[in-house]
Amino acid sequence: MTTRSPPSIRNAIHEVLSSMRFAISLLVVLAIASIIGTVLKQNEPYPNYLFEFGTYWFGVFRLLGLFDVYHSIWFLVILLFLVLSTSLCIVRHSPSMLREMHSFRERTTLSSLRQFRFRREYVTVLEPVQVSSLLCLTLADFGYKCRTQSRKSGQFVAAKRGSLNRLGYIFTHMAIIIICLGGLIDGNIPLKLQQFFGIKHIETRNMPESQVPEASRLGPNNLSFRGDVSIPEGSSADVVFLNVGKGYLVQDLPFVVSVKKFIIKYYSTGQPRLFASDLVVRDKQTGKSKAVRLEVNHPLDMDGVDIYQSSFGDGGSHLHFQVWPLSGTSVQPAALKGIVKQHDPIVIRGHPYTVEFDNFRSFNVEDLSQGVKPPSGGFMQDMRQALSLTGANNKDLKNVGPSVEFKLRDAQGQAHEYLNYMLPIKLGGHLYLLSGMRTNPGAGYQYIRFPLDDEGSIKAFMLLRAHLDDPSAALHIGLQFAKKSLAGTSEQQAMVPKLAQISASVLALFRQGGYDALAGFISKDVPKNEQVNAAKTYLKVLQGTALEALDESLPAGVTIKDKMAFVEDSLNAMNDRFLYGPPVYLQLDNYRLVMATGLQMTRAPGKFFVYFGSLCLVLGIFAMFYIRERRVFIYAGSDGKVLFSMSATRQTFDAQSEFENLAAKLGDVLIEKGR
Amino acid sequence: MELVQNLKTSSLKKLHLGDWGYAFAWLAACFFVLERFGSGMNGFSKGILLFATIGFIGLGWFWKPFRLMVVITAGLSLFAIHEYHGQIASADQVFWLKYFLGSQTAIMWMSFLFVLATCIYWVALLGRSEFSGKLASTLTWCAVVMGLVGMATRWYVSYLLGPNIGHIPLSNLYEVFILFSFMTALFYLYYEDRYLSYEMGAFVLLVISAAIGFLLWYTFDRHANGIEPLVPALQSYWMKIHVPANFVGYGSFSLSAMVGVAYLLKSKGILSDRLPDLALMEDVMYKSIAIGFLFFTIATILGALWAAQAWGGYWSWDPKETWALIVWLNYAAWLHMRLIKGVRGPVLAWWSIGGLMVTTFAFLGVNMFLSGLHSYGKL
Ligand code: HEM
Repeated sequence: MTTRSPPSIRNAIHEVLSSMRFAISLLVVLAIASIIGTVLKQNEPYPNYLFEFGTYWFGVFRLLGLFDVYHSIWFLVILLFLVLSTSLCIVRHSPSMLREMHSFRERTTLSSLRQFRFRREYVTVLEPVQVSSLLCLTLADFGYKCRTQSRKSGQFVAAKRGSLNRLGYIFTHMAIIIICLGGLIDGNIPLKLQQFFGIKHIETRNMPESQVPEASRLGPNNLSFRGDVSIPEGSSADVVFLNVGKGYLVQDLPFVVSVKKFIIKYYSTGQPRLFASDLVVRDKQTGKSKAVRLEVNHPLDMDGVDIYQSSFGDGGSHLHFQVWPLSGTSVQPAALKGIVKQHDPIVIRGHPYTVEFDNFRSFNVEDLSQGVKPPSGGFMQDMRQALSLTGANNKDLKNVGPSVEFKLRDAQGQAHEYLNYMLPIKLGGHLYLLSGMRTNPGAGYQYIRFPLDDEGSIKAFMLLRAHLDDPSAALHIGLQFAKKSLAGTSEQQAMVPKLAQISASVLALFRQGGYDALAGFISKDVPKNEQVNAAKTYLKVLQGTALEALDESLPAGVTIKDKMAFVEDSLNAMNDRFLYGPPVYLQLDNYRLVMATGLQMTRAPGKFFVYFGSLCLVLGIFAMFYIRERRVFIYAGSDGKVLFSMSATRQTFDAQSEFENLAAKLGDVLIEKGR
Repeated sequence: MELVQNLKTSSLKKLHLGDWGYAFAWLAACFFVLERFGSGMNGFSKGILLFATIGFIGLGWFWKPFRLMVVITAGLSLFAIHEYHGQIASADQVFWLKYFLGSQTAIMWMSFLFVLATCIYWVALLGRSEFSGKLASTLTWCAVVMGLVGMATRWYVSYLLGPNIGHIPLSNLYEVFILFSFMTALFYLYYEDRYLSYEMGAFVLLVISAAIGFLLWYTFDRHANGIEPLVPALQSYWMKIHVPANFVGYGSFSLSAMVGVAYLLKSKGILSDRLPDLALMEDVMYKSIAIGFLFFTIATILGALWAAQAWGGYWSWDPKETWALIVWLNYAAWLHMRLIKGVRGPVLAWWSIGGLMVTTFAFLGVNMFLSGLHSYGKL
């Protein structure tokens, strides 16, 4: 179809750009480029990449724009080439396509008809004119349009159907261009340019929105944008934040969004069923406001800006804690108030700390399907183990109540991170308060379990702990324990002081370093072959002593059903505190929930192009594959010979059978009418 | 589609009494649903219902065996639903449900029948046995029916689980694997019927058996067969059309790749006296990629429309989206090669096999290895 003009560089370039090979290469290159962006996580904070790839590769990847492939210059260039190639292709082919669409190819000669693969000859007694009009009628039945021509020695019929097939090509390729254009409009090229010329400046500092300088703000008339904002219940916002590179820009909105309430509803099985926000949106210009409920999958269109329910989080819930000391003889909890996302100073045993309230969840769904096994060993447990949270399926989800995540940071900046549950959790028939701790943000939490009395209070444990931690009480408890254990013969009674002594020193060891201290003592001071027995004995003594201490410390009216288990759990918890960080337990005892809703707002005028282009694309592809162009030529000679030939753009199986079908039908018609 | 052409060339004159009866049954069913449940449906649901009715009538007219399948499926499904008597527990108590038609049982039957049919297709291929071919074909039909019945009952059962939980079974990997299996089988059965050739079944059913393998692993190892309520992001009408459209694409692409395997074997002289003509297989390959491409395009566009509604942008370069684009580009290149460059033969067969790899990654690999916005079926 192409005519070769004298070679020149321009022609050569044009030739390459509009060539099929180039188009296919582009498609493949685009595919590969796209893969990169899915393999490498995009738009993460830079430190993450630095950590993952090291300085060298980080530098290389950043230079190549691999952290934001789809907005990099080279990706854009590929897309531009795609548009260019497709446009050239359209320009080149459309005229001839349109011509072809209308043409019946009436100039086709008899001799070329004889070359067709699909052809058949008939003999008839009918006149050529009769033949042509008869067959045209039949062809019309099959959807053909006919042109008849008188030639020297007979009648010539040219017919065709499915010409729209050619439009398919134009539609498809136009669609690609239109879609890419739409994408470009909604893309970030204008922003890139403004950044390039220094008109806009990306803000990287963490500061209140009102203080962000003008150079990092975009006016409400900005053509297209996509940003997020998180608004606590009871507050409002008139901006969104656009994530750009390693910083952000502030986009001013033409309206103010106030959040009345964020709503989550759950299925009976525990999975979330509904996320919604009750909003009031006030137009700044007209001052008119309207109240709406925004749900996932049901965005709100406000002056061409679409508002979406995109996330939710804590908007600064008020928390109330009892701060229990985990060492020393005091049992008095101190009250502590906090607000999520805020930091407060706190003094623990004379040292200054900061407590950072990171996250609060009023509803925790955990899978308890496998039944709850008591954690083995008694040492800190991973949550999964502690609650036997196995598998993702077969769920038996339970709400285990509110939880709070916070950090205790010391003066040197070292932090312990905690996850505390507010409600008691039943494990192996006993109630506990769970508190998870970790020092490495990437690691899983290790759990400490505080046993509770029959009323579900932690007080009994705290009293017991304080009693055991009181060195001045140790001898007394030891003596009581020894007396009770050796209440029998006088011989036994003679041993009492010795046992009391042992009990007190075991307790002292345990107080200083938990089970490890005991084990250390045994491995140092007890002969090898007696160590196992000694360990058992010491543990028994420890437990017995603690049981005694429990009896002494338990206030009147407080009951514990299984005291032995309680004592074991208490000792475990006391042991675990050595790994737990600063010696306090922050028991969450009350809260007032304040949610924040995460809204995404976009203005994307390009979408109309994209949708229109998509429609063209579907129509075009349909036309190209499923409207098949067929041309039929018939020559009815005055000698009674009729030549029928057919051509198809794609000589598939269907063309063959269609030809057979049509040829038979035409033959029938000729025979029937010629009788 | 060819459908339109067929209807145009042959016009309505060619339709027989059976066709009219079939159409009437559909319309009656549609009318019944509107009459009985119309008050609980909104415009969109009614639209889909109407559209589906017309579509299924058209399909039945275009491809006659389809009608019988629809009738049998409808009968069995209605019977099964009736037997449930509104109680989930019936699945383990009522004889018919426990052993044949309960949603889980029917899907197990489907699995079994597909695997059996695969074996028999191979017997037919190797032994050149026309009878075995017919038997395998019948078994495949039965498997499709069981799959559909399983889906229908599953759909019904989801409404018994609790208030607001019921939804069309297209919402997780387990369900779409069933969809994939019977869709691919239906496409194959169409070509089989059209070209009167059982030989390709041995290959196409292999990919279905592989899907069944996954399904069984997913059921027994992961216990993924439970019905889960829809999380908010999936509560959208787009899901109901986006997902099936996608699977027309996936199914067709898989089919063409498996025919590609047969093609390559034959062109290398393996089983060459048993496999159909190269030209025939080439034709099937092209046709199925063409239909797959059309539907995949539609599915991707629907996905974009859905994304625009759920995520706030029609295109976010989310891994699943991006891989859909990659699949699309791949087959666009394939079609250019064939239609415009006129490339034929092994290159295209190899390419369509490569296409299946890409498609499989887009379908499964993305869920397994990449994270993104799609809340759909994490493995
Ligand atoms: C994705 C972007 C696409 C690009 C960049 C592209 C590019 C091109 C180019 C450059 C040509 C001209 C080749 C020549 O001049 O010899 C061409 C031809 C063609 N393309 Fe595409 N194309 C794209 C998508 C599609 C799609 C989706 C289809 C449909 C399956 C399609 C079908 C065709 C057809 C049928 C022709 C041949 C026209 C003819 O010469 O008869 N193209 N394409």
